[in-house]
Amino acid sequence: MKSELTATGLNVAAPRRPSRGAFALFGERAIESLVYLCGISAIVFVFGIFFFVFKEGAPFLGKLNFAEFFFSKEWIPTSSVQPKYGIGALIVGTLSVTFLAMAIAVPFGLGAAVFVSEFCTGKVKETLKIVIELLAAIPSVVWGFIGLSVMSPVIIAVFHVPVGVNLFNAALLLALMSVPIMVSIGEDALKAVPDSYREASLALGATRWQMVYRVLIPAAKNGLLAAVLLGVGRAIGETMAVLMATGHAIKIPQSIFDPVRTLTATIAAELGETSQGSAHYQVLFLIGVVLFSITFVVNLAADLVVKGIKKK
Amino acid sequence: MMNLTSLNRGALFGAIVTLAASLLLTGCGKSSDSGKRTTVANIGSDTMVNLAAAWAEAYGSVDKTVLIEVNGGGSGVGIKGLINGTAELANSSRHMEDKEKAELKEKRQLDAKEYTIGFDALSIYVHKDNPLNEITMEQLGDIYRADGKITKWSELGVTAIPGAKGDEIIRVSRQNNSGTYEYFKEAVVGKKNEFKLGSLDMNGSKDVVELVGKTPNSIGYSGMGYANASVKMLKVAKKKGDPYVAPSIAATHDKSYPIARPMFFYTAGEPAPHLKKYIDWTMSADGQKLVADTGYVPLPQK
Repeated sequence: MKSELTATGLNVAAPRRPSRGAFALFGERAIESLVYLCGISAIVFVFGIFFFVFKEGAPFLGKLNFAEFFFSKEWIPTSSVQPKYGIGALIVGTLSVTFLAMAIAVPFGLGAAVFVSEFCTGKVKETLKIVIELLAAIPSVVWGFIGLSVMSPVIIAVFHVPVGVNLFNAALLLALMSVPIMVSIGEDALKAVPDSYREASLALGATRWQMVYRVLIPAAKNGLLAAVLLGVGRAIGETMAVLMATGHAIKIPQSIFDPVRTLTATIAAELGETSQGSAHYQVLFLIGVVLFSITFVVNLAADLVVKGIKKK
Repeated sequence: MMNLTSLNRGALFGAIVTLAASLLLTGCGKSSDSGKRTTVANIGSDTMVNLAAAWAEAYGSVDKTVLIEVNGGGSGVGIKGLINGTAELANSSRHMEDKEKAELKEKRQLDAKEYTIGFDALSIYVHKDNPLNEITMEQLGDIYRADGKITKWSELGVTAIPGAKGDEIIRVSRQNNSGTYEYFKEAVVGKKNEFKLGSLDMNGSKDVVELVGKTPNSIGYSGMGYANASVKMLKVAKKKGDPYVAPSIAATHDKSYPIARPMFFYTAGEPAPHLKKYIDWTMSADGQKLVADTGYVPLPQK
């Protein structure tokens, strides 16, 4: 039996090569189209999601008073007398939380990226990287719980403010959530700068710090900008943590210790119990469209900035 | 070499068939096993979800053939589930609206059947260090209503709350589609009025109490069952001059406590025998004991 097997094996060995070639050719084509599909699927999904969100909200567009929608701060969608759909305060809430979070996170995130990539080695570097990645693994609902139960009394006691769930609390959480992303991507960007740049600047007599801010940061700015923007995306899109830590109050903030409400948290809190197809439901989807547009504008602006940098 | 591969393939195929067959067999065994237990989808009010879960768990030892699956989401979600047929038993902390009854009739040709299974008293919570003990419904209205005048603790006669920063009243409320929000609006703010914007709208009964316990300046409303050591429940009077009543079981039954409401089960048409048995059990002495244990107000004893 065994010898027979070997014999047949040998017999077919000669014509095997071309048939395998044909298979390989077919296989290659199949894999190629599969990869192509994977590539364009992202576009299909993005447009699909946008279309779906828009379709759910669209029937209300005709009845919508755009000036009231964008600029009024009166969000009373379940009123039995006169529902009001003003998302002005919510837009301000989202933008202010994101902005404050980035004001905290960008220096820390990029600073940490520079430190991890340029100034530390060996065990310290490995430990730092692992711990920072652990920070990214904490679920957002846990962050929210920390904001509500741990940070809120601390903020009241330390800053002498009447309420501890506020803009500052949420921005701090969002900063902590987006720092790990900035560190990993920022570090990759700095690592991608060729060592010859470092060697050249050191050879010219630059100190390590001069090398970092005169050579490495300009050379890696596209990557660093991408790191910051991914952080911004995380901050705008975050829902659960801001729902619990912002205070979820419809209010234009006067100080960083005022409670606010974001677009995402409003959708999360209200969509669940809203009956499908009602005006409230459609407006919540329109808020989704607004969120989508904000992130689109941020990404587009980033692309343009990066292209502008390249041209220079 | 090729034959070897085909041999391997054969072996692999055989293995898969065996695996599939064994899976199928064990699968069959399992399904006939769990087939003995009838599941009941029990969806609705977040206020009632603790109670419903406690009932469902205790009922496991009363009738082993029935499994009650409890889910929250809100009274509206439960009733919607009843209309769509995804829920067999809806928990609701408000009466079913006529519109919803009509929808059920139209979609499933069934009439809603209502069972009162206990009461929920909405307590007014303040921080445990707040010296305030009593409040009237009018004052509550003035705090929460859009055109209400009260925004500072000093306007309620409270001058110093230990640990509080400033005089501002921090209003804690609920998200605008929760049953508790609706009920508080109806009972305190008024159906034709709006809430004052800028309150902290928490996404759950427990979060309200949690936040009030952490914020000395705050006031909030939530179910009586959610009280803990860091908060205090205020006595409430219907209007100035009336007696102040603490939220309690007796005060709910004799209707002297002004912010209390019944809790309901709804079924679509007559319940199946196993479900009827469950509903009867929840209203029995054993079932009602759990109502009190979870912090709600049981039915008056007959």
